[in-house]
Amino acid sequence: MLNHMVQYSRTRFDASFAALSDATRRGVLEQLGRADASITDLAETFHMSLTGMKKHVGVLEQAGLVTTEKVGRVRTCKLGRRALAEEAAWIESYRQLWAARFNELDKVVEELKRKEKLDGRKKRK
Amino acid sequence: MDAKKENDNSTTVERTSDRELVVTRTFNAPARIVYDAWTKPELFKRWWTPKSSGVTMLSCEMDVRVGGTYRLVFRHPATGEPMTFFGRYTEVTPNSRLVWTNEEGDGDGAVTTVSFEERGAKTVVVMRDLHPSKEALDQAIASGSTTGFGEQFEQLDELLVTQSESVGQS
Repeated sequence: MLNHMVQYSRTRFDASFAALSDATRRGVLEQLGRADASITDLAETFHMSLTGMKKHVGVLEQAGLVTTEKVGRVRTCKLGRRALAEEAAWIESYRQLWAARFNELDKVVEELKRKEKLDGRKKRK
Repeated sequence: MDAKKENDNSTTVERTSDRELVVTRTFNAPARIVYDAWTKPELFKRWWTPKSSGVTMLSCEMDVRVGGTYRLVFRHPATGEPMTFFGRYTEVTPNSRLVWTNEEGDGDGAVTTVSFEERGAKTVVVMRDLHPSKEALDQAIASGSTTGFGEQFEQLDELLVTQSESVGQS
């Protein structure tokens, strides 16, 4: 009941989120999170044409989520700095949700404290 | 740093491991009061969905005892369907510790542990969210940053593809 709520508190969106809106591209990021891979490898893993995969990698690259480097005839893909920054951004939005929740909880707690004090006085009478 | 933390009531979040997220916050009240606000539905309802989240709580059932279940139903204007979150309390130590499972997702869900530690007139609340694997936590983070904005993303997505195509051509 915790994590899933944060998605709603999110107000920031930008190119990287758009890049993440596609299931294949999310899969590619997950894959690259485990190990670097060539576009050919990725195309095979996701049962896709080389051209199709190039397009997806292009979108991810544009968003800064992936960097590619061509060595000889092979283009290798790895996670970009932005992918790591994404996590930090998510954690911040998660923190903001909890900060907002806890500010409300403060109000409840203050009210309970006041009530307890009042009840205590009544009991002593 | 620690001295500062003692004095202020700010909320901190830390990814302490591949599988765990930890949220910490101090409250100016004894543990029994803070614990009540986490375990009595009529109180819980009042703070769990702050206005800024945009979410409305439609219902809240909590049977806070070992083996007892909870069920929360929310609505958000961005999604038509109400969303249900549910699970089971596996550990209940009054005024001190709560553990519950999160069973609404596919497969194994995260396990949440909340501890209430009294320090003088204050209570430090530490909430640990332990996911079954690194992949599960990564997945929660990835989906958290994308869902809920589907339509906007699709529009942006199209824009990006157009842009990257024109870059490719130039």
